[in-house]
Amino acid sequence: MNHLLGTYTIWYRDVLRFWHDRMRLIGSVTFPLLFLFVFGSGLSGRMGALGPGIDFTKFMFPGIIGMTVLMTSFTAGVSVVWDREFGFLKEVLVAPVSRAAVAIGKTLGSATIALLQGTVILLFAPLIGISLSPLTSLALLALMFLLALAMGSFGILLATRIHSMEAFQVTMQMLMFPMVFLSGAFFPLQGLPSWMDILVKINPATYGIAPIRQVMLGITPLGSSGISLLGYSLSLWHNVAIMAGFGAVMILLGIWSFRYQQ
Amino acid sequence: MDDYIIKVEHLVKKYGDLVAVNDISFTVAPGEIFGFLGPNGAGKTTTINVLCTLTRPTSGRATIAGLDVVRQQSQVRRLIGLVFQDPSLDERLSGLQNMRFHAMVYGMLVRVREERIEQLLKMVELWDKRHNQVRTYSGGMKRRLELARGLLHHPGVLFLDEPTLGLDPQTRNRIWEYILELRRGEGTTIFLTTHYMEEADKADRIAIIDYGRLVAIDTPARLKAMVGKDIISVKTENNAKAAEEIRLRYQLEVRRDGDGLTFEVANGEEFLPAFIREFGTRILNVSLHRPSLNDVFLKLTGREIRPEEVTDVFKEMVRQHGRRMRH
Repeated sequence: MNHLLGTYTIWYRDVLRFWHDRMRLIGSVTFPLLFLFVFGSGLSGRMGALGPGIDFTKFMFPGIIGMTVLMTSFTAGVSVVWDREFGFLKEVLVAPVSRAAVAIGKTLGSATIALLQGTVILLFAPLIGISLSPLTSLALLALMFLLALAMGSFGILLATRIHSMEAFQVTMQMLMFPMVFLSGAFFPLQGLPSWMDILVKINPATYGIAPIRQVMLGITPLGSSGISLLGYSLSLWHNVAIMAGFGAVMILLGIWSFRYQQ
Repeated sequence: MDDYIIKVEHLVKKYGDLVAVNDISFTVAPGEIFGFLGPNGAGKTTTINVLCTLTRPTSGRATIAGLDVVRQQSQVRRLIGLVFQDPSLDERLSGLQNMRFHAMVYGMLVRVREERIEQLLKMVELWDKRHNQVRTYSGGMKRRLELARGLLHHPGVLFLDEPTLGLDPQTRNRIWEYILELRRGEGTTIFLTTHYMEEADKADRIAIIDYGRLVAIDTPARLKAMVGKDIISVKTENNAKAAEEIRLRYQLEVRRDGDGLTFEVANGEEFLPAFIREFGTRILNVSLHRPSLNDVFLKLTGREIRPEEVTDVFKEMVRQHGRRMRH
């Protein structure tokens, strides 16, 4: 009971802070939309259809959502570094709340904010000709939240280990951009050079973004957005399982790492 | 029934080669105001961090109300309140939201919580500003908010780490009024660290710490009595001659101190008029100094808690503040 209340409080504060800072929402949504419209419009004509009724803009849209969720949740870990810098982390660490509750609350906070931002982008779907049924939307939100949880806990884990703001930012960028670019957010996963194929498959984000695309565009996992691992085609549930597994490991490491915060 | 609420036994904390706290032992009685006095880097904050479960001791043991600070961390945390040396507020939230966050992580009931928050915010005169974001508060307001927050969950022991560092005298006095009031009203035990002598003077007992070791522990009055006599500093036209005269006429030991002389007498106020009347060497300047804790510190460690150190702290604060502002 107490752990739940602790987790809830930690989560609530992060969401409250985000709400105080609503302008951040607008700012952080502009960039992915710009990306979508510039690249989408610029390349759609030349690229032609990537599937039945799927032009490049439509193909990219789920990727953009994945990118937004990934970047937001991953970098939200900065709040731990920030709290340490401003001293607020001490207030949290000296409170009678278990470290596990803190780590989980923080991860949920990151994930919630990322989900909100992803949802704002998702609202643009009709604008580029993607219609979503309520059920599909729900499934998409669930997949986005899964990606956000996994990447959020990864970010929190790093934040508990890296104490300086500068080092944290550099590390984030070093990891985030490769994760975004090598996730299949912007290109189909078939016919890649083999070195790139390996990197894409090591990248956990790949398994978070692929199911979002599959569900949103209603394409089978065997098509142009499918992943084959060691000659085996991964179903949607395989992807979900890989993502969940990665997230679980990250959360556990995060909890462990929070134990040794001083 | 134990007559102590805090018990520290042979506490040692090392950071690599650096021994921050070197085998200290003491007890604090319930309801006592206990002061930890020493220069920066003496080990005051490290000791507090161990007592409030933020740092594990290298060896030794500490208990609060019989609870071990290493093995019973969460029970200890529930029992204590803290006001840190560095700010620990969420600047992006309002004063009220900071208080609510605290109440929630301490598991307080909503009804109790709102009542208590109102009472405390009124006490520290921040009730009117409760909806403002903390970043708009002045340094003194922030410190008062931290104090109110530290008291929110009715802690049995309140730790104050340099509670008035960097505050103006007026705010400092105000905060002391709250502290004394608190002890009267709620019987809270108060453990504070300071390097302000006037502040340490207000404690019931003082432990003097230097280089990680306890050098003395007693009431301020008794510590001062250790230094004993009143100190007279005098500047004359000819210090060598004057020193000789003091030695012969009063059989007192004289120390050179800068461009003046100092010596000790039992009752300075009575001694001084006669001394000025009958002294043979022309006196340029004379002052009487009753023993302060600064003298106690000087006597015990051979050093003063120098003003420069305070300035360094101030510089450090400015530097940190500047760094924060850049983000």
